[in-house]
Parts: sequence; C-alpha cells; structure tokens
Amino acid sequence: MAIRPEHLLIPRREGLYCPPGDFFIDPVRSVDRALITHGHADHARAGHGHVLATAQTLDIMAIRYGAGHAGATQAAGLGETIRIKDVTVRFHPAGHVLGSAQISVEKDGLRIVASGDYKPRPDPTCATFEPVACDVFITEATFALPVFRHPDATSEIGRLLRSVRRNPDRAHLVGVYSLGKAQRVIRLIRDAGYQAPLYIHGALQKLCDYYESQGIALGDLRPATVEASAKGDFAGAIVLGPPSAFSDTWARRFPDPLISFASGWMQVRARARQRGVELPLVISDHADWDELAQTIQAVSPGEVWVTHGREEALVRWCHMQGIAAKPLHLVGYEDEGD
Amino acid sequence: MNRFADLLDMLAFTPSRNAKLSLLQDYFRTVPDPERGYALAAIVRDLDILAVKPAQLRELISARMDAELFAYSYDYVGDLAETIALAWPEKAGKAVGRNDAPGLAEVVETLQASSRRDGPKLVEDWLDRLDPPGRYALLKLVTGGFRMGLSARLVKQALAGFGQVEVNEIEELWHGLTPPYLDLFAWLEGSGPRPVNAAAAPFRPVMLSHAIDIGDFDKLDPADFTAEWKWDGIRVQATSERGVSRLYTRTGDDISAAFPDLVDAIGFDGALDGELLVARPGGDGIETGTFSDLQQRLNRKTVTARQVRDYPAFFRAYDLLQDGAEDLRANPFLDRRARLEAFVARLDPMRFDCSDMLTFADWDELAAHRANPPLAVIEGVMIKRKASPYLPGRPKGEWFKWKRDPFLIDAVLMYAQRGHGKRSGFYSDYTFGVWREPGELVPVGKAYFGFTDAELVQIDKYVRDNTMERFGPVRSVRADLEKGLVFEVAFEGINRSSRHKSGVAMRFPRISRLRWDKPPGEADRLETLERMIDGAA
Repeated sequence: MAIRPEHLLIPRREGLYCPPGDFFIDPVRSVDRALITHGHADHARAGHGHVLATAQTLDIMAIRYGAGHAGATQAAGLGETIRIKDVTVRFHPAGHVLGSAQISVEKDGLRIVASGDYKPRPDPTCATFEPVACDVFITEATFALPVFRHPDATSEIGRLLRSVRRNPDRAHLVGVYSLGKAQRVIRLIRDAGYQAPLYIHGALQKLCDYYESQGIALGDLRPATVEASAKGDFAGAIVLGPPSAFSDTWARRFPDPLISFASGWMQVRARARQRGVELPLVISDHADWDELAQTIQAVSPGEVWVTHGREEALVRWCHMQGIAAKPLHLVGYEDEGD
Repeated sequence: MNRFADLLDMLAFTPSRNAKLSLLQDYFRTVPDPERGYALAAIVRDLDILAVKPAQLRELISARMDAELFAYSYDYVGDLAETIALAWPEKAGKAVGRNDAPGLAEVVETLQASSRRDGPKLVEDWLDRLDPPGRYALLKLVTGGFRMGLSARLVKQALAGFGQVEVNEIEELWHGLTPPYLDLFAWLEGSGPRPVNAAAAPFRPVMLSHAIDIGDFDKLDPADFTAEWKWDGIRVQATSERGVSRLYTRTGDDISAAFPDLVDAIGFDGALDGELLVARPGGDGIETGTFSDLQQRLNRKTVTARQVRDYPAFFRAYDLLQDGAEDLRANPFLDRRARLEAFVARLDPMRFDCSDMLTFADWDELAAHRANPPLAVIEGVMIKRKASPYLPGRPKGEWFKWKRDPFLIDAVLMYAQRGHGKRSGFYSDYTFGVWREPGELVPVGKAYFGFTDAELVQIDKYVRDNTMERFGPVRSVRADLEKGLVFEVAFEGINRSSRHKSGVAMRFPRISRLRWDKPPGEADRLETLERMIDGAA
C-alpha cells in the first residue's frame, strides 16, 4: 500500500522529519542525521551527527562553522540517487545561492520535493532552479503576497550606478547578506560594466574568496578598512557589508555615507524608511509572487505545502486554482534573511 | 510618468536638504516642458485636477483581484496607493518598458479635460500601461496624497538655484504664475523675458533682519537706529489693489482663505508688512493673544465661524510698502513709518494697529526694555536703521533682531535615533523628557543640534552603553532616578498641545549644555514647563 505524504515528512520541533529514512531536512537544532538545502544560518546549523548536502553547501558550512561542524559529512551530487534506509533522495538546483538545492524524498512511488528557499530567475552566481515533478511540493512563502513583484535585478543595479555617478563625494554603503546576495550583487555590478575596485566588509571576505574559487569572478575586491585607505579615498566608492554593520560605528569611516540595501523587503516603502535606507534596491534571492505561482503551475504537484512566510495568501491562491494546499508550520526560519 | 516617479521616490528617501535641492534642479534641467512644470505644480500642490476617491480605487482593484488577497496585501503594506501600485494585475503581462506608458503631461492634461465620471476609467487604463513606480506616482497624483515633506520655500530655492536668480525674485513672481509655468522656465533658462506678475495684489519680497551679536553694539551708533517690539506671531503681508485683497506669509504663500475676518477688513489700497496675531477687544482697547491662541488659526485651509469668533485675527503693522499707486520701498524707514502711522489711523482699530516704537538714548536703555517686555507675546526687540530702504532678502547692517533669552530646562535623554549622511553611524537625534511623577518621565521634545562633534561622540557612546531596547533605528536609553543623561535644553517658547502626551510642545528646542554632572532625579518637572506656559510664553 502506498505511503501517505503525512507519514513521509512530518513537521517536528527540530525541523521536517522523515520517519522511514530517520533524517531531518534543515533542522534548527542538533540531530543525528540532517539533509541541508543551503548554507544560510537558519537552514544550516552546526553540531549534527551526519550531514548530507551538496559539496558547495558543505564547503560553505565548513567556512562558517569550521571543518568539524558535523560528525561526518557526505556530498550529494545534483541529480544523484541516494538511498537512506527505505527512502530515495535526490538533490536538484534551487537557484537561491551557490550550492542551494531542493531535496526530493521518495518512497513507494510517492515523491515530496522540499524546495528550501528558491528563485526561478537566472542568477550568474548559482545553478538555475529546476522544476521537479512530484506529488507534494513544499514551497517557501517569504514573499508570498501579490505586492511582492521583484523588478529585474539589472535595472536595480542601474539605479545604484546612477546614484554613484550623481554623488561623487559620497560613499555608497550597500547592505547585502554575506552569503549569496553579496556575491550576486558584486557579479551584477561587474556585468553592468563597473570594473573599479569594490570595498567589502571583513564579514564578506571568506565567502567572496570561496565564490571566486568556484569560478565566479568578482573582480577587484578590497577590504574596506581605514588602515588601508584615508577617509577621502572612499568618496565615490561602492562599499558592501552586512546591513547590521551600518548601524555600527563601522559606518563612520566613510565620507557622508549613502545607505543602500539590496533586499526583497525594499519593495515596501515603510520597510525601507524604517531602516533609514536612502537607496532601496529590490534584489531578492527568493521567488516573488508571480514566480511562486508560475513555479507551482510548472511543477503541477498533487498538493502544495506552504511554509515560512505568508502562508495564508499562497494557500488562498492555490485554493482559487483548485490546487490542494495547506500551511506547514515549521519553527525557527527567519523572515528577514533576504 | 517614470521620470516623475523616480523623482518622487528619490525625494522621499533622501533626508538631506541639499540633496533634495540638487535632485529638483537635475529634474528641471533634464525634463522638458510641460512635464517639469506639472511636476512642480504637483509637488507644491498647485495642480487643479480631477480627484479620484480612495473608494473608487478600491472598486477598481476589487474588479481585478481577489478581495482576500488584496486584504492580506493592504494589511501588510499599510498604504492604499502603494498596495494597488504594487499588486495591480496587468491585463497582458508586466508593464515594464511598454512604449505606450503615459507621461505626466498626458495624464494631467487628460484629467483637466475630463469629467468626474471618467476619472476611474482613465486611471484603470493608465494603471495597465504603467510599471509599479509609475502607478504609485499616478495614484498619489489623482488622490492628492502627496506628503512630500518639501516646503514651498525649498522648491522655490531649487528654482532659484536652477536659474541663478535670487529666491525673492521667484517669490515675488510666484503668485502670478500658473502651471505648467512655461514663462517661468523660459526666463530661468535665459530664453525668455522675466515674467510680469499680472495678478492683482501681488506679493512683495520681504525684508529680513540679522540676529545681533553683542559685539555689534560697539560698531552701531544708537542715534542711527529706531527700535520696536518683536511680536511673537507670524510675519505677513496684507495687500490690496483693484478690489483684490490678499494675505501672504513671508515666503509668498497666499493664506487669505484661512483669515477671511482679517482679509474682509483690509479695505485699503496698498501693501502693509506686519505681524499676524490674535487680539480681542479688552481693557482700554485691544488685548493681544498668545502664540498658542494664534496656533488655533494656523495651518488650516478654511476656518469655522467659531474659530473666527474665539480667535479673531489681527494685524500689527511694521511697515508700509505701497500706498495707493505709490511704491514707498526706496524711501527711508522713518519716512515710511510716518506714512504708516497716518495710513493705519484710517483702518479698523479692531483689526489693525501700528507696532509701538521704543524710545532709548543708548543700548543699555534698550536692553532694559528688552528685559522687561509688557506682554508675554513679545519675543524681543527689533532694531532698524532710520535710513534703511525696504530691501528684499536679508541685507547686511540694516535691521537686527535682538531676541529675549531662551527658556532653559533640564531634561533627561529618553530615546536616540541614528542620523543620516555625515551623521551615519551616530545616534544624533534625541528625545528628552521631564518628570511627571518621581520615577515617571514623559517626553517633551526632540532635538538634534546644539552640541559639538566631540560631544556627539560622547553622547553616542553613552547611548550605546546604556541602551535598554531597540526599535529599528531608535534606541531607548536608560533613564531613571539614579541613572540617565541630563541635557540643558534651550527653546523659544512653549504651548499647550493636545497632540503630545505631555500636553506641552516646545518651539525650536536645542541642546544648550550637557549636564554630565547632574543626577537625573534633579531634572525639571512637567509642572515647571506648565508654569512657563501660563506665566511667560
């Protein structure tokens, strides 16, 4: 008899659990066996017994937590079939950040795809999202409201570069999360033809080095330190750092800083103003509303489970299309990580 | 529409005044007529177009989108125009880069030529053709919902900088101009003559004073000067010709509609410079109200009969600029003053009088006047050169203001907010409070200047070391009877205010001293501020 989806993957306090395989997907606390979709801190934590993830995600975890972050690790090739007890799992590209993957879990002909965080639009810094046919599609809902419709990232980078030209005396401080967003924004700036040095906060250095080692050229990156340069040297420069650094004394080393932030949240004016952002850039590593809808239609699953974010709106949309859907309440994933 | 939308967005997110000026000037330089003129009119709210009501917009979106999904969206975004702009489902794919997107001029001119019934249909069609920023600008335009935080003064300064002319020239012309201001832009760009203000009762640019420095007195001969009280109302100009009467602020904004009681009493042909006050019959003549009384009449587009009755508007004249057909501005002050007294003597004494002159033989005697004003609504003395012509702007060496000393209180730092631009990374905007009860502070004001850069560094460190909670860019700072940072706060006046939790509102507060030495428990109490309202200010 076929297994019911509710018995193949179930939400638990630690994360999404697979009883027949005895493993968790993206557990938020230490477990014996973890499958990790990608390297962001709310999905990839240190201290598991065994970790199965893509080689790049394992590298990123080692960079962030040290080589001993797990008892044992195993690299999953994209599309490779891996057997865990009675269950078959496969990793497929999710297009979110370098190394990010959806995880397909299959038993007795029933397939659930846990997509983790994903975006379908092309990104020069990671493999492109692939829709995987399945019975149950677990989708994120970070930007699952009809107001979230991310513009083309290259046009947002164009706005940044115009602002830099218009303000030659000011340093542009662009807030970017250190894994994924930072490297994508840098790559997009390079693709727009800007080849001058970019200055980066120390928190970005190791991951930028890693992206370079994986063949993603980021151009001339320099540390944004005062030791290396006088304050005036940053006039007209683009400086990238984690947004939290801008509220810190770190920001004082720059001449008349112009605060920017590259995030899907910048779509909403009140959010930008609340953070004191002068140049909001709507650049997101998540699917926007239209992309969530298109992805669900492309995957065409029997049922959709909606997690972390604005579940109610996406569940509503699925019901309007005649697609079975329900919210899946998982704890511990952060709203803000874009 | 997109260039206008970009401008609105950048103005909304740019905190610095100079950066706003340069954004406006870039826009005037790069955008052609008539679009730039309509943008200017929209920003200064001088655009008379068909309005579309929020309820009509809700109808439009509900025909396109599931009500529940819209409700979730509106709940999240919190602004109707922004929600619709972002969520609007186009009929055929995304409207990015469409070449039939309407321009601002097309939108404005179509709306001007349309009937009220057509409004929603037009807006619906434009929403389909615009991208989200364009839709946002359109919706703010048709709902009249611009709250830009841009003063008319700032916009006029941008125009002056754009055309390399003095701002008072713009102010003088402003009232005779109409959107899209083709003649104004032609003149500012050097391709046309200076527009002639053909409107009756035009504004005349105001003469302003410099704050006097104690050292200045040694260089000034008291025999060359006259003095009068400096009244704490708002500086205005009352003008009438050819049967048209107007009341202007000192920056040329027409506020006639809010003061019909005064405007109806003008009944003269000429232009007076003076102070707008509230005054009632009482005692042996006229009793001048306080600035709080006047505030009941300010910042209103219209006025109720009750406000007119309870807070009658009154004009205290300082100067006579125009008497019938005769322009007096080149005459010396003393000559104008003599003409003024004769002129005002013919006006309704319940609405007009002359500011009294002060007699003094030397500066010490004037100082004694300044120290003992007969009324709380006097905020110092004005010193005017007897020979001064009436010059627009702030000419040097002619008029001086000598304000009374500021009020001072000791208040406790409660909240600090991060600054922008050169103050990025510093907590530089402070909310301070006084004691309502022992142990209970109530916020009474905000200040972000008055301290040195070195002091800013010290306060910033204090804020970081004593943070209680964080709310976005704001931190609450420990402030109780034992521990807290005391500021000596200077301010120009204090009023009752129902909008503030404390019930009081300060005017022009700034940090005058840091009192690291003072225990917070010894800061002032709210009662002290309340007494300042009742007694002095």
